[in-house]
Amino acid sequence: MITERFEPKIVAFLCNWCSYRAADLAGTARTSYASNVRIVRVMCSGRVDPAFVLKAFGLGADGVVIAGCHPGECHYLEQNFKTLRRHAMLRHVLRSLGIEKQRIQLVWASAAEGRQLAAAFDRVTEEVRQLGPLRWRANWLEDEAQSAAVERVAEEHAESMEVRP
Amino acid sequence: MSGNGEQKGKLALYWAASCGGCEIAVLGLAERILDVAAAFDVVFWPCVMDFKVHDIEAMPDGSIDVCLFNGSVRTSEQEYMARLMRKKSEVLVAFGSCAHEGCIPGLANLHDRDEIFRTAYLDSPSTVNPDGIVPQPETEIDGVVLRLPIFYDTVKTLDQTVSVDYYLPGCPPEPERIWDAVVAIKEGDLPAPGSVIGVDTTVCHECPRTRNEKTIKEFKRTWQTIPDPETCLLEQGLLCCGIATRAGCGALCPQVGSPCIGCYGPNDGVEDFGARMMTALASVIDAEDPEEIDRIIRDGIPDPIGSFYRFSLPKSLLRRGRVNVAGSEPAPSGAAHG
Repeated sequence: MITERFEPKIVAFLCNWCSYRAADLAGTARTSYASNVRIVRVMCSGRVDPAFVLKAFGLGADGVVIAGCHPGECHYLEQNFKTLRRHAMLRHVLRSLGIEKQRIQLVWASAAEGRQLAAAFDRVTEEVRQLGPLRWRANWLEDEAQSAAVERVAEEHAESMEVRP
Repeated sequence: MSGNGEQKGKLALYWAASCGGCEIAVLGLAERILDVAAAFDVVFWPCVMDFKVHDIEAMPDGSIDVCLFNGSVRTSEQEYMARLMRKKSEVLVAFGSCAHEGCIPGLANLHDRDEIFRTAYLDSPSTVNPDGIVPQPETEIDGVVLRLPIFYDTVKTLDQTVSVDYYLPGCPPEPERIWDAVVAIKEGDLPAPGSVIGVDTTVCHECPRTRNEKTIKEFKRTWQTIPDPETCLLEQGLLCCGIATRAGCGALCPQVGSPCIGCYGPNDGVEDFGARMMTALASVIDAEDPEEIDRIIRDGIPDPIGSFYRFSLPKSLLRRGRVNVAGSEPAPSGAAHG
């Protein structure tokens, strides 16, 4: 059976000073990486509010990457340690909601590590591809039976009260 | 607030998926309930007075001035009532945490209908149900079809069901805040539509405890420590949600040594209560080694949804836990109980 290969949507938050430059370097060096990755540049990985990640999943992302400078090399001294802790916290919460840890990955990349970042993008894309689509909004899709039941309540009330609706 | 000689307004109070605490909170107005009665004719209040839904159905649209609606929406009948009260009311107020954010009933969003029915009607040790009967939307008995409302997989907030004009937070709202809201409504002194009627500071603002630089090596559960009465509870390692929670309660819990659990919901500008808690706590954990960080979080916050989304799961950005929808891969076993 021929099935179309699942192409995950990956949102990557890259910091301005290291990881975005690494992506830039990957581009200049013509290092190819999975086109599944959509990059959002932020000033620092510490700027990535967990709400951004939750929103990405809620809006249809299958995976999220947060990339920053290596620990100890943050442009803002120690903000990437906060990223490290936020990522651990997010992973803990998402696991409880049934979202696998491979879908939310933290990557360190210095401005010189274009190849490493590209390899990380490929690896994350492949891991998320193996997990399959997330389709978060499908979790609360309403069906027709539900709306039909709501429409019917007025008649049922009238019936039981023996009055006209 | 004397209603004498003035045109009296029409007030409705309704409850959907809720515990009844919001009704009690209204009675917490004590003798001022008489002032409410002087200013408004109560046209619908199933908890307290005998009205029929049909009476409301027969009223012209928009003829109720204010409806205070408490409870979240988890059945088709509740959804019908939410739509009916919306249609008949000029101003619809999501009253209390359930209507506002989903609250405790909303924690059911970690599961789906089948799991809930299985636990409630089949697996619980106190249940005797040899025929394995679970509620059905339709049952035929002696040629007569009996109907039950449809029980939804996902609990919704009131504003995920119909449009809402104002929110009155709290589990339940404090009587003083209810009174403020009643006065504001009666005098037309209301904030912009869509706002929360209340203050825009956090519980920390009302909390008398002393705050210093926070660094946390270990989170403690409430039974593991007797907190010092002067210092910030979070600094003492107790997971206090005051930092993200809207003020209005008077910081009742922290004042008696019990950490804030976030019942007043997020403060203005906070889109996702849990995300704000994660951000804040990650900033104060005093560790830089990934394994140590994981240990502090895993041991100190064994139930992250119960700690960060106790009152707000349906209103949160992700709304619920994952269900196995057609076409998606099932979650790995145990994932829902991380």
